[in-house]
Amino acid sequence: MYNQTDIIKDTTDLGPDGELVVNMGPQHPATHGVLHLVVTLNGETIKKIEPHLGYIHRSIEKMCESLTYRQFIYVTSRMDYLSSHINNTACALLVEKGMQIEVPERAKVVRTILNELTRIASHELWIGAMAMDLGAFTPFFYAFREREMITDIMEDTCGARLTMNYIVPGGLMYDIHPDFQTKVKAFIKQFKEKVTEYEDLVTGNVIFQSRTKGVGVLTAKDAISYGCTGPVARASGVSCDIRKIAPYDAYDRVQFDEIIETAGDSFARYIVRVKEMNQSIRIIEQLIDNIPEGDFVGKTKNVLKLNKGEFYQRVETARGELGVYIVSEGATTPYRIKFRSPGFSNLSVLDHIAKGSKIGDLMATMGTLDLVIPDIDR
Amino acid sequence: MLSLENITKTTQEWLLTKFSPQMALTIECVIVILLCITLFAVLGLVLVLLERKVAARIQIRLGPNRVGPGGIFQTAADTLKLIMKEGLTPDSADKFLFNLAPFVVMMVAMLLLAPIAFAKNFQIWDINIGVLYISSVSSLSVIGILMAGWASNNKYSLLGAMRSGAQIVSYELSAGFAVLTIVVLTGSLRISDIVASQQNGWWLFKGHIPVIIAFILYIIAVTAETNRAPFDLAEAESELTAGFHTEYSGMKFALFFLAEYINIFIVCAIGATLFLGGWMPLHVGSWVGFNHFMDYIPSSVWFMGKTFFLIFLIMWFRWTFPRLRVDQLLNLEWKYLLPISLFNLLLVTVVAIMGWYF
Repeated sequence: MYNQTDIIKDTTDLGPDGELVVNMGPQHPATHGVLHLVVTLNGETIKKIEPHLGYIHRSIEKMCESLTYRQFIYVTSRMDYLSSHINNTACALLVEKGMQIEVPERAKVVRTILNELTRIASHELWIGAMAMDLGAFTPFFYAFREREMITDIMEDTCGARLTMNYIVPGGLMYDIHPDFQTKVKAFIKQFKEKVTEYEDLVTGNVIFQSRTKGVGVLTAKDAISYGCTGPVARASGVSCDIRKIAPYDAYDRVQFDEIIETAGDSFARYIVRVKEMNQSIRIIEQLIDNIPEGDFVGKTKNVLKLNKGEFYQRVETARGELGVYIVSEGATTPYRIKFRSPGFSNLSVLDHIAKGSKIGDLMATMGTLDLVIPDIDR
Repeated sequence: MLSLENITKTTQEWLLTKFSPQMALTIECVIVILLCITLFAVLGLVLVLLERKVAARIQIRLGPNRVGPGGIFQTAADTLKLIMKEGLTPDSADKFLFNLAPFVVMMVAMLLLAPIAFAKNFQIWDINIGVLYISSVSSLSVIGILMAGWASNNKYSLLGAMRSGAQIVSYELSAGFAVLTIVVLTGSLRISDIVASQQNGWWLFKGHIPVIIAFILYIIAVTAETNRAPFDLAEAESELTAGFHTEYSGMKFALFFLAEYINIFIVCAIGATLFLGGWMPLHVGSWVGFNHFMDYIPSSVWFMGKTFFLIFLIMWFRWTFPRLRVDQLLNLEWKYLLPISLFNLLLVTVVAIMGWYF
């Protein structure tokens, strides 16, 4: 039994060495979702961080096992809701690989454009949210101004603004909206003009730099051993861009740079994401005028059945490497499905890099890890 | 011309004709108290709305625009909601101190109104140690904040209160030294003397570089002292949820909120009085016509204009800068601001002795 006095005692007592144990979350403004961090503090200094997960566990993997290969894709939009198109692409690619479905060129190019737009939208939201963690409110609104244009494009394309369901095995669910190209071009123009605005507000700011430089340093060795991927690993000097290593869709025919920084601190992670947005714009610019005519979806059977065996497909989401692993028994539904989510590995490094720093540094570190909690819990 | 000075004089004379001097004094006290409370309420409403509108302009949005024309009744509606809310007291809190804390913070803000000269000859209490009074009373507000943080029995509140304590005590020094530069130049602690000394030019323009440095130091220090961003560590919402007032709700929270805005008004009013000439109009050397025209603008308008300009500056900071970390905050004060202000005080003393100001 846990009565009232016990609860009071529990929340007021100090730890064994006189440290303060603070529950950050599951409801806390900086955890951006229902992440629960049990932080052990010595004054302002962090001694230990223990993430408690599971507050938004919806057993997506189990749900996917009871859905057909056409149906299970929409569930994945709810994992990392900021890169839902990319999650969908991963699943579609896996099914296409498993069943040798030919994807039309048009679908490949449109998928690539949408994936990059998603990446930009995700990074924009991240810039705003991270600046907010550090106490600057204004960049949030500036970033959302451009993100809004992307969500509008998404709405035109597939009817949804956040949890999309547009990419299907074999291509796309419908053809793109007639205004798609004009709107994307308008977005590129606006983005190039305005991106400097919030970059000026954040990047060059003395307080921002002093808050992030040398904070939460992750070495390349640790990044590899903890399994970090995406911008977090690239900021530590680890080359891990799946779009370069194992190109999918139309990534093999576009020119772009993999952004690598070596400092490994929060500022490097910030710079990597900002530069990545510009690379995404570069990719979209190369493709937007060259969307091939033709079918938007390949010829598939009515009922999709994966052959018996194991299948794996990985893609680069805005947060890192997303892996989809399916064991098939040859039925219409997967026998077992497992997602390797980037957020989970990136979160695991938090205790290692934030230990010994101040509470304020924890916000900078956690912010630049770019955690999306539904992606971690699934 | 109808000025505030005449109103006070007429009231005084009328009261003396009707009542005995003691009675007249009592009635005047009651009037002043009522005026103060009204000013508090009006300032709270205006400043909260102003902050939201300024924030909205900076953040490319509209801000409150639903309640009343341009949203002018938004704060009134919010206050009404806060009054009707239940004021919770946590079970394990120190109930007496918990309930006392908002009033301490509020009382300090109220006491600080006394020596401020709102217009020509319109001042509650022209005490001869005016500046010293302001410095000493304003440092009391930290007691209320520490009380709130300790009595809440919440770890976030405690951390916020401790941060706030360290911060206010440190930045008090810089603010004090910045204020002292003007005292050195004027040779008086009395607010009316300080304003009078700026008859032919504000100290910001008369006092050369040392006063400009002092002004910048003052603005930085009071931003920190009022717990405003980028120094809002005491209530850093992304770190400590709401810092020292995490456990407060309803009207008790509103009192903290109101006190914050009143404090901003007061520090800006003092800044305007010391550096920008208080209610003195802007005079430029021998431009007689221009000076004459400036004199037509009532002194209260000058005072409020200057104060609100400084308030706008402080709001601008809040919506532009990220927050400092707690050790950086203390480094800034003890390693940079304090040595600079000490040196600046020395410099201004030399300037004052040699008579190198206009």
